[in-house]
Amino acid sequence: MRHEGNLSITRSGDGALIVRLAGGWRLEAGLPPLAPVEREIHARTTRTLAFDTRELGSWDSALVTFLAEVSALCRARGIAMDQGGLPPGVRRLLELAEAVPEAAGARRTPLRASWLAHVGTDALAVWRDVREALVFLGELVLSLGRLVRGRARFRRLDLFVIVQSCSAEALPIVTLISVLVGMILAFVGAVQLTRFGAQIYVADLVAIAMVREMGCIMTGIIMAGRTGSGFAAQIGTMRVTQEIDALTTLGIPPMDFLVLPRVVALSLMMPLLTVYANVLGIAGGALVSVGMLDVTLVQYVNESNTAVTLTSYATGIGKSVVFGVLVALSGCLRGMQSGKSSSAVGDAATSAVVTGIVLIIVADGIFAVVFHVLGI
Amino acid sequence: MAADGEAHITVRSLTVAYGDFVVLHDLDFTVRRGSIFVIMGGSGSGKSTVLRHLIGLEEPAKGEVLYGSESFTRAAPEERARIMRRVGVLYQSGALWSSMTLAENVGLPLEEYTDLRPAEIREVAALKLALVGLKGFEEHYPSEISGGMQKRAGVARAIALDPEVIFLDEPSAGLDPVTSRLLDDLILELRDSLGATVVVVTHELASIFAIGDDSVFLDAETRTGIAHGAPRDLLAHSTNLKVRRFLTRGAENGVERNHG
Repeated sequence: MRHEGNLSITRSGDGALIVRLAGGWRLEAGLPPLAPVEREIHARTTRTLAFDTRELGSWDSALVTFLAEVSALCRARGIAMDQGGLPPGVRRLLELAEAVPEAAGARRTPLRASWLAHVGTDALAVWRDVREALVFLGELVLSLGRLVRGRARFRRLDLFVIVQSCSAEALPIVTLISVLVGMILAFVGAVQLTRFGAQIYVADLVAIAMVREMGCIMTGIIMAGRTGSGFAAQIGTMRVTQEIDALTTLGIPPMDFLVLPRVVALSLMMPLLTVYANVLGIAGGALVSVGMLDVTLVQYVNESNTAVTLTSYATGIGKSVVFGVLVALSGCLRGMQSGKSSSAVGDAATSAVVTGIVLIIVADGIFAVVFHVLGI
Repeated sequence: MAADGEAHITVRSLTVAYGDFVVLHDLDFTVRRGSIFVIMGGSGSGKSTVLRHLIGLEEPAKGEVLYGSESFTRAAPEERARIMRRVGVLYQSGALWSSMTLAENVGLPLEEYTDLRPAEIREVAALKLALVGLKGFEEHYPSEISGGMQKRAGVARAIALDPEVIFLDEPSAGLDPVTSRLLDDLILELRDSLGATVVVVTHELASIFAIGDDSVFLDAETRTGIAHGAPRDLLAHSTNLKVRRFLTRGAENGVERNHG
């Protein structure tokens, strides 16, 4: 038996129903069952419903919830409910629950849309997203124009703080990832090239791969993960706490104050981080080659030197600037689009990382085709 | 409606300090069972800090908090959890979980601590929301309703488990006078019908006089409680200038009255 309480229904005379509640009715034990009352009401004509609570023990919201439902049931079927038999506390709570009528149009019925409607709303959402991104880009260009003319309004101190957080503070993770990527490349290359006695070309493989592709891509992805998401979370939270509204009403464009320093800082620091990543990646490759293969450090460095041309170095650095802009943009854009709740800020941060990484990979693909056509 | 029941919550020489900086020292007061106790005082007098100590979010530098005759401050974590099960808290900004609907917000405590079936949880949650005047808003998310409604939904969540003690941090801040009055009525009703003890942190005078059975007045300058008693009595009889100024909205400037 789940309930300590006892519910019984008796009829007296014509259409009068008496619900007898006895024992304890508390939340721990569950609600009084509504079904018997419903059955009884449906079974025969009922005009009035009264309660007998002389043997009622302790009660709490469990009982009140049940009575609120009975009351709603009575109202729906035009039955007069006599609350006289209820304890005064219960009566007052019931009264309170019914004091404020339901606001018109507040209740929601779950939306059952057809798949066609879903496709439509999703397509509209994509279109809206694209339009917002374009507006954002346009505003950024205007903001850059103000920056060039020296009229952009942001605090120089903010810029330095952001520069520090997306450069020096990123060094440990960039170090770890770059060295490991260099080592992995060298190891994979070594296994294959040793079969042809071409161990020395491991240096070429690592150097070219790091400098042209892996250095800037890995740095970009790291920055999307640690800095892009940070931008989105920070700006999103500023939306929640109305800090952005405060800037706007003060006549300071949030674009200048928040987005510009972030975009500038990241696009300036990405090339530096990429150079650092390249050097460490090659060092990681050297570690594996010198340790595993019959190659000396001098040979390795010389081979790397001949392998890397200034052009390939420049392409890597150039790409890193673009990746920096893309990461900063996706972070700031998602932050500015964020909804005004903590879960929306979380979504914004997630979306910033996804957008950043997708844009990096797509941009890298475009660069590969362009460089191929140009013969670089 | 003076409550003269047993002591429900006792605060003994509570001292709050961060490092060397003392926020409050040697605060003593007793909340009697079934009473509505107001912690009042000017901005920055440490009202909310006291509340955070009462519910174990912060540890006192000195002194202790007792629930009944049990020391909350010295209790083991499981003991504390058991005491807190019978406590409901409304935080200053509502603190509703934004990824859940109002019904889910109110339903979570029920889901965690009772054996009710999902349908029953929905019914109880609907009742609690109806009690705070939010009938029909079960499926709304906190971000879709106004600040005052969020506050009321916070009250619904605080009373989800029919707690013995309800803590309310600035319940009427940001509410219009009518809604604020309804909330006062609700607080009185919960105390009367469910027998709950209510501790309210507030500086809304209307609310203090409407619901307060007993109170402590915190002073930012001396950093401790400087007056105890029913707010109406304090207004009529207190000889302390700061208390008088506070309770009369600064209307009495320096004239000390003495009703003997």
